[in-house]
Amino acid sequence: MQQDKAVGSVRSWEVIVAVLFLAFGAVVVWDSRRLGASWGSDGPQAGYFPYYIGLFICISAAVNLYNGITKASAKPFVLWEQLRMILIVMIPCVIYVALIANPWYGLGIYVASALFIAFFMRYLGKYGWAKIAAVSVGTMAVFFVMFEIWFKVPLPKGPLEAAFGFA
Amino acid sequence: MQEIHSLMGGFAVALSWFNLMLMLAGITLGVVIGVLPGLGGANGVAILLPLTFSMAQQPGGQTSAIILLSCIYWGALFGGAITSILFNIPGEPWSVATTFDGFPLGQKGRAGAALTAAFTSSFVGALVAVLLITFLAPVVARFALRFGPPEFFSVYLLTFSAFVGMSKGSPFKTIAAMMMGFALAAVGIDTVTGQLRLTFGFTDLLKGFDFLIAVIGLFGIGEILLTIEEGLEFKGANAKLNMRVVIETWKELPKYWKTSLRSSAVGCMMGIVPGGATPASFMSYGLAKKMSRDGEKFGTGMVEGVVAPETAAHAAGTSALLPMITLGVPGSPTAAVLLGGLLIWGLQPGPLLFTEKADFVWGLIASMYLGNIVGLIVVLTCVPLFAAILRVPFAIIAPVILVICAIGAYTVHNSMFDVWLMVVFGIMGYVFKKLDYPLAPLVLALVLGDRAEDSFRQSMLLSQGDLTIFFANSLVGTITGLSLLLLFWPLISKGLAVIRGRNGRA
Repeated sequence: MQQDKAVGSVRSWEVIVAVLFLAFGAVVVWDSRRLGASWGSDGPQAGYFPYYIGLFICISAAVNLYNGITKASAKPFVLWEQLRMILIVMIPCVIYVALIANPWYGLGIYVASALFIAFFMRYLGKYGWAKIAAVSVGTMAVFFVMFEIWFKVPLPKGPLEAAFGFA
Repeated sequence: MQEIHSLMGGFAVALSWFNLMLMLAGITLGVVIGVLPGLGGANGVAILLPLTFSMAQQPGGQTSAIILLSCIYWGALFGGAITSILFNIPGEPWSVATTFDGFPLGQKGRAGAALTAAFTSSFVGALVAVLLITFLAPVVARFALRFGPPEFFSVYLLTFSAFVGMSKGSPFKTIAAMMMGFALAAVGIDTVTGQLRLTFGFTDLLKGFDFLIAVIGLFGIGEILLTIEEGLEFKGANAKLNMRVVIETWKELPKYWKTSLRSSAVGCMMGIVPGGATPASFMSYGLAKKMSRDGEKFGTGMVEGVVAPETAAHAAGTSALLPMITLGVPGSPTAAVLLGGLLIWGLQPGPLLFTEKADFVWGLIASMYLGNIVGLIVVLTCVPLFAAILRVPFAIIAPVILVICAIGAYTVHNSMFDVWLMVVFGIMGYVFKKLDYPLAPLVLALVLGDRAEDSFRQSMLLSQGDLTIFFANSLVGTITGLSLLLLFWPLISKGLAVIRGRNGRA
């Protein structure tokens, strides 16, 4: 059964995360050593505090790794069906952030957001286009007034806003 | 009573129609900001700060400006509770502890009781803190003036030890998450030596990680992912808040006077020393859990479990302004933003403010009383409006929340890099939550990391690297001792259980 297939067990993910923590701690320790983690001529060096932080990360990650291997359950971490749902949200979300601003053709946050909301409403909510247009454009119009005019916080804008004279 | 006389003068300043209107506007805006995950008290105040520039130029305008901004702060404090209880999304870091019991209460259909308890105890906590500010400001200022770097560091240690001692899960996961927060806080330019730490040549990392981005990602995006995984339903509890529920809950609340009192005390303590509202709410929740007769049932939806963190968070959030006005040391991130406002308006925070700008200080203090009364009325009457937001289908509310998160992340530093960072933090939050790595210590370490490091370094400079400075006098020694007790509490309690077990068998 495709739907019930688990993507890794809790144990395997415990181990993966603990190893990542271990690597992170090691990087912190390494960088702190590079900067100098001891007592300089004028007091503690830049790496003095982070060095111990890194050490603590490594120690606790090692304990977590041991616990992960010996104690963690073999229950599924996430089912394939659940992961599919998460990807349905995350992939458009990443595309959305990429659409806001990129070196080639940034749409600006307002247009990208309107498209993002429209996609969700169509794909997951199966709404009619009239309702989709009303909600997505309406929401972003409110945000536009709120941020650009009311709060005066400039957000990334694209060609559409430029056409209306907002740079 | 010199203070009462000054306070009356303050009320005369604050009680103009213009200032009352600003209070109402500030509170309402603050609640909205507090409810929206991502737009928090600190950046909400920061976003609105530029709007007060022209206001502060007019005579008496500085008082009006601080009233507006501080009322946004009160509103955000109130508002954070709403999403915690209804959505299980803490709108603010300090309402994380409110989710522990507030959300289960909402799930049991008692969201109204949870909200009333949260708002009322917020009000009580704030009232106690304002009374403290009014009467004890000079005394407390003198006390805190004795604080040197070792004392500050021991207070940070106490806060973080409390996380370890009171965590439900593995203490090592708490330590790992917390230390990760400290490490992320260290990224960027070292303030003392000017050296680049952990940037590895990436210019985007120069300014380091902002805790707001982490909060938006870990709590906002992470929570949305968890919700999606369990099916496309936003598990918002129904929020019917009618007068009957309010009055019934008010009848229940006096039972918890001990918790209220203790939480107010914890909140005021943590607010005055720069510990902040977030650790105060956790400490207070932890203490209530340990000390209450129903401690075992905490986490399943106890009204007392809402009272404790909310009272403390609001007491701390309010008393955080005490060191801000008296010493120029902000007790919370939002207080730090307000401090920035004072400087921009041309005021010099510090002990002299009380004598030179008595109108301003006492106007602000009077507005704290009035603002919290206005706040309580606004939140108790406007909750149905937020319930309406919850009935919006998931396919609409989810993308809107994601968009708001993205905007929130962007506005912190006007940087797209932060938006990407938010997405990464979101995935991290999802995995961490599934594996029971606590998120709050991570965020808190990220907030306090630099300050904790500074106080540690300064202490080490004072003592030339000798760690016994943290036991050098009775004040710092007591705080450090308490911290160590809390830090090793998991071990101690295990040891006690073993001893008790043996006695039981004998």
